[in-house]
Amino acid sequence: MEDEKNITIETLCYHCGEDLPKLNHTFDNKKFCCSGCLGVYKILSANNLCNYYHYNNSPGQQFKGESHLDYLDEPNIITQLLDYKHQSSSIITFYIPAIHCSSCIWLLEHLYKINPAVFSSRIDFLKKQVTISYNHEEISLRQLVEMLNQIGYEPLISLQDVVKAHSSSVDKTLVLKIATAGFLMGNVMLFSFPEYFGLSGLEKKFQYLFGWLNLAFSIPAAFFCGRDYFVSAITSLKHKHVNLDTPLALIIAVLFFRTAFEIVLNTGPGFADTLTGLVFLLLMGKWLKQRTYHHISFDRDYRSYFPIAVTTLENGKEKPVSINEIQLGDRLWIRNGELVPADAILMKGDAWMDMSFVTGESEPVHKVLGEIIYAGGRQTTEAIELEVIKPVSQSYLTGLWNNENYKNAVEKETFNDSVAKFFSLGVFIIAFAATGYWLFQDESSKAWSAFTAVIIVACPCVLALSTPFTLSAILSVFDKKGFYVKNTDAVEELAKCDTIVFDKTGTLTSTENAAISFGGHLENDEKVLVASLLRNSSHPLSRQILKTLDVDHFHPLKDYREVLGKGLAAKIDRRSIYAGHLSMLPITVENISKSGVHILIDHVYKGHFDVEQQWRPGLKQLMLDLSKYQIHLLSGDTDKDLWRLKTIFSTATKMKFRQSPHEKLNNILALQQSGKKVMMLGDGLNDAGGLKQSNFGIAITDNINNFTPGCDAILKGSSINYLPHFAQLSKDGLKIIKASFAIATAYNCVGIFYAVQGTLYPLVAAVLMPISTVTIICFTTFATRIYARKNKLI
Amino acid sequence: MNILYFLVGSSVLMALIFLGAFFWAYKTGQNDDVHTPGIRILFDDEPENQKSEEDHFLS
Repeated sequence: MEDEKNITIETLCYHCGEDLPKLNHTFDNKKFCCSGCLGVYKILSANNLCNYYHYNNSPGQQFKGESHLDYLDEPNIITQLLDYKHQSSSIITFYIPAIHCSSCIWLLEHLYKINPAVFSSRIDFLKKQVTISYNHEEISLRQLVEMLNQIGYEPLISLQDVVKAHSSSVDKTLVLKIATAGFLMGNVMLFSFPEYFGLSGLEKKFQYLFGWLNLAFSIPAAFFCGRDYFVSAITSLKHKHVNLDTPLALIIAVLFFRTAFEIVLNTGPGFADTLTGLVFLLLMGKWLKQRTYHHISFDRDYRSYFPIAVTTLENGKEKPVSINEIQLGDRLWIRNGELVPADAILMKGDAWMDMSFVTGESEPVHKVLGEIIYAGGRQTTEAIELEVIKPVSQSYLTGLWNNENYKNAVEKETFNDSVAKFFSLGVFIIAFAATGYWLFQDESSKAWSAFTAVIIVACPCVLALSTPFTLSAILSVFDKKGFYVKNTDAVEELAKCDTIVFDKTGTLTSTENAAISFGGHLENDEKVLVASLLRNSSHPLSRQILKTLDVDHFHPLKDYREVLGKGLAAKIDRRSIYAGHLSMLPITVENISKSGVHILIDHVYKGHFDVEQQWRPGLKQLMLDLSKYQIHLLSGDTDKDLWRLKTIFSTATKMKFRQSPHEKLNNILALQQSGKKVMMLGDGLNDAGGLKQSNFGIAITDNINNFTPGCDAILKGSSINYLPHFAQLSKDGLKIIKASFAIATAYNCVGIFYAVQGTLYPLVAAVLMPISTVTIICFTTFATRIYARKNKLI
Repeated sequence: MNILYFLVGSSVLMALIFLGAFFWAYKTGQNDDVHTPGIRILFDDEPENQKSEEDHFLS
């Protein structure tokens, strides 16, 4: 065990598992990639928390750098965040995306060792949440968050409360109803057994008691467990519309009243067993439909991307203010790396805005004084001062979410609802025909029993179950391949799509594997100079370039200065060296591209490092596989990659460039108005409007824990090549549902044969229903697996 | 065979108690997180505690 660990620490950072650079930090015979990782190790070892490293190899996170937490001292922001506060103790729940292994659980549940003011902390691993109760007189919320930051677990505090939105994901009463229905079904079955096996004289004595007990159990089954079906049926009838719940509610009611009559009038055993079994199975199907992924949120909007507070300037003094309280005319103070939360005018400072949230273009844009900066821009250089011209809720970007066109306008009828109409109609015709026949024959008792029996037997229960069972089986096939669909209804939408819209940046290209290339030439000693300079910067680009340089020694620096987000300069042995953005170069150089990190040594231009986004592999094959679909490309970027895109896409593809988020949305709306069912693949906030408007929006991400905009499904970037198979399987799923409907109809015909004669014995109904249900569940499960294998997804 | 009346009553009562127990457990949130406790139980007790006391005595 020990040996194994020694091997791993030779090449990887003991804390975070990153490859070690040639020059690394050593402490306690352990090697670290950077001072951040070393710092975390020092804190943990000082507090006897090194067990953290024993449960997993290198479980840590790289230190991301400081963030401003002043707003956590504001009392009204604290009260927004806290779950509970009483006297000296407070309880708060944080969402921490970095939680990923058992070491994380161990460490975060031992926070009290680092600071005794923490009473206890408890993790919910799947939701990536930690609930901390602490003494707020000894440690402030800000100190608590700072402590978490120091050990590499930065909580995510955003405007949309992720923590509270999660807790309501599954209807709690449904589980209680299922438990009750199971209890009722078990007991009713128990008391119905004597009936099934024939009654001896002795058992006849108890028949009366069992009948009344069964009736007593039927009451909560129909009116507590089955309540939702009545409510839904009544509301849909009020809207002059029939959904699947309408016949189901009718059957529950008929079963209940027939049972009640038979038992009260002592004419028969009733159908309590069928009733309770039906309700139990229906609720199970409903539960399958409601189940979602705990660790993924599909309903994010701009609020998840925005911080909870921003710094304002009041009479020249900095004051953190909750974003909801920002008013027109407020002066905002936006530091390096912070987001502009509302449309504002630049008043002071040099603004280089990363507008990738809004446009998808990651190259920073220079803004001049007096220019409007839209919400969603991220400042990449020094702090700037802005004046708010629109409140947060009405700014350009948030307008995407206030658009009226969204899905409710698009008709969304599932297969079930459309079948339910014809089904109900057919059942009524048969039931009334049978009743009419027996009344004509003057046998009114048979007429009543035939009417109720037809309705009981022709139960669309299978219809209500086959859909959730098939679609949830498909969901589990999907999620093993990195495709997380919001719910079962969404799978049906996926099957109907005939048009696919792609975004470019982040969707067709990968954000993780950016390749760094150097245009120009550097001698070995020059490489060392550049590396010595970059080593001092915490900018992610500097770190990436440093890794590619891979030098083994550094020179000491003189006159080091860094302009945040723009560049670095220093002197080494009287040689001046500069690395950074074009605009900061002390001399003007002609004929070079604007982007990238430019290198200047002794006033001689050496070239620039270019970060090139990598195209995802296999795109060409993907497009060939998707040739059945109409393909569109909507990019927020310029058409600089047009030649490359033409080699990937077929000539029929319609491409549009320089699309704003609103234009993307309108494009999709136009496609929908021409009768297309649109699937959209996008990644960022700039696609959010389109994703939401499309019939099936897929957010692509390279790391499932990253933020993705609201959508119907989340797809791992590495799984994009499976997309045609996913779509095909969803179509096959609808075929399976239709086939199981045919099987169910066959069973129903047998039942109706007895029912119309008025001779349906409760035992037949009680046996027929479970058999048909089991057949359907087996059929859907096996058929889904067969189709999944055919589509190469298992 | 009148004892059956009593037995039937007790069996229903027992089942009701179990149902009630499930309701209580669910409503108090014991089923909210079914994943983490499984990991938590595998953590060792602290061997570090003893060591730190030794260090304390030595110094």
